[in-house]
Amino acid sequence: MLTLDRIGKTYPNGVHALDGVSLRVELGEIVAVVGGSGCGKSTLLRAISGLDPATQGTVTLNGIRIRAPHEKIGVIFQEPRLLPWLTVADNVGFGLAHLPSAERKARVAKALERVGLSEKAAMWPRELSGGQAQRVAIARALVPRPEVLLLDEPFSALDAFTRVDLQDHLLDLWADSKPTLILVTHDVDEAIVLADRVLVMRPRPGRIFDEIETDLPRPRDRQSAAFDFAKRRILAALDRSLERIPTAGGETKTDAGAALWW
Amino acid sequence: MTAVAEPVTAEQEQKKSGLGRFTRLGLGLLLPLVVAAGWEAAVYFQWSNGRLLPPPSVIYRTFLELAVAGELQRHVVVTMQRVAAGFVIGVIAGTAIGALAGYSALTRKLIDPTIQALRAIPSLAWVPLFILWFGIFEGSKITLIAVGVFFPVYLGIMGAIMSVDRKLVEVGRVFRLSPTAMVRRILLPAVLPQYVIALRQGLGIGWMFVVAAELLGASEGLGYLLVDGQQLGKPAQIVAAIVAFAIVGKITDWLIVLGSAPFLRWEDVITRR
Repeated sequence: MLTLDRIGKTYPNGVHALDGVSLRVELGEIVAVVGGSGCGKSTLLRAISGLDPATQGTVTLNGIRIRAPHEKIGVIFQEPRLLPWLTVADNVGFGLAHLPSAERKARVAKALERVGLSEKAAMWPRELSGGQAQRVAIARALVPRPEVLLLDEPFSALDAFTRVDLQDHLLDLWADSKPTLILVTHDVDEAIVLADRVLVMRPRPGRIFDEIETDLPRPRDRQSAAFDFAKRRILAALDRSLERIPTAGGETKTDAGAALWW
Repeated sequence: MTAVAEPVTAEQEQKKSGLGRFTRLGLGLLLPLVVAAGWEAAVYFQWSNGRLLPPPSVIYRTFLELAVAGELQRHVVVTMQRVAAGFVIGVIAGTAIGALAGYSALTRKLIDPTIQALRAIPSLAWVPLFILWFGIFEGSKITLIAVGVFFPVYLGIMGAIMSVDRKLVEVGRVFRLSPTAMVRRILLPAVLPQYVIALRQGLGIGWMFVVAAELLGASEGLGYLLVDGQQLGKPAQIVAAIVAFAIVGKITDWLIVLGSAPFLRWEDVITRR
């Protein structure tokens, strides 16, 4: 279990980016974090990853305090961040350097097959499309079998079609080993499709404003009424988090709020 | 190149620029060839005596004579030894100090201003001092070349390390690379393209400075052939030495490119096409 106990972050320049965030996430749970820009979503993720540890409070994974990157915690960034001098296969195997080469090759081949890029194994990252590169990044993060996978707006740079495709793909991969996923996103639809719980954050300093359970049956139909209902609840919470008062049930108002929030 | 592959590449080139690669090569060679043939004809028909600028045939004959007598090889070897020694020293010093300055901000603040100030001095101004310190033989020549090679290598490696993508370094941190693994698996490959360019620049300066060093006093080397040609009024020998410089300079540069190519196949650059 991943536990955040009243974590806060103050940067050396005095900016107070995060304040008193507490959270308990069970193994296998999928949590999405949404919020206006500058609300500390990415700061929160970087604190959990150990890349930029919190200045107050503690992050613990199964009772172990996280102060630096940990082998059980994987990260997927907004950009694929593949190493351009390694082939696709070597990129996927980047975190497996400690394994004997035969096992490494087998696990890389399996991971590439799982993301549907087996035939690209010997290619250079520059020869991939944006969606393919992000799939390689997902394979690279999953192949060391992390317990927690952190995703920082992983699909926001992709076109709408590829994004939906990769969301389904991510759920499919998640089902293999059911790690904990914590996903920062701009996209409310994405949060509802993927998450069990959606956290809405508010800025200055960043803290959790509201928590919305989205316990829809999987696979989730983006067209269903329940989906639409969840979406309206989240958008209303977002509006309130920015201290705007939505008119009750007004579709146009919600859309306007969403537009402003974007 | 196989006979099958050639038409394909030529066709692709044709599509890209509207001109075949060989047509373009031919166009580039047209001017020097016409000038050379014109000069050859001018001397042949005695419109000019060709004493100060010998025609291509005479230069070619001088070049062959020097080569057959073994003179050319002897001078080339001596010059190459000087360049090699100065290049190795300059590259080692430039790489070590440049890497340190790129890696640690404190070191950079400490030494970079001094090095930049030294760089502003025209390197040839050091020559009298080097001769006093290291004598008139190899020592002062190799030092001059090493100093010339040092600066581009220092600047190249420092800039390359400072511009390594922070995002890729973060990937290394996520996978908990040790400091040595970080250098070997992220920093080295990331700086290699710029480092190779710095090495090529350094080598070019090395060839420039070996001429200066040999002009200033040498009894052997291609630079000596130049001075000797001037003093004895043998312009063909001067031009032959210049041609030799061009050939070995190009070959050594090409060796660096060839040696680094297997490690840079991943690069996404225009020159690959």
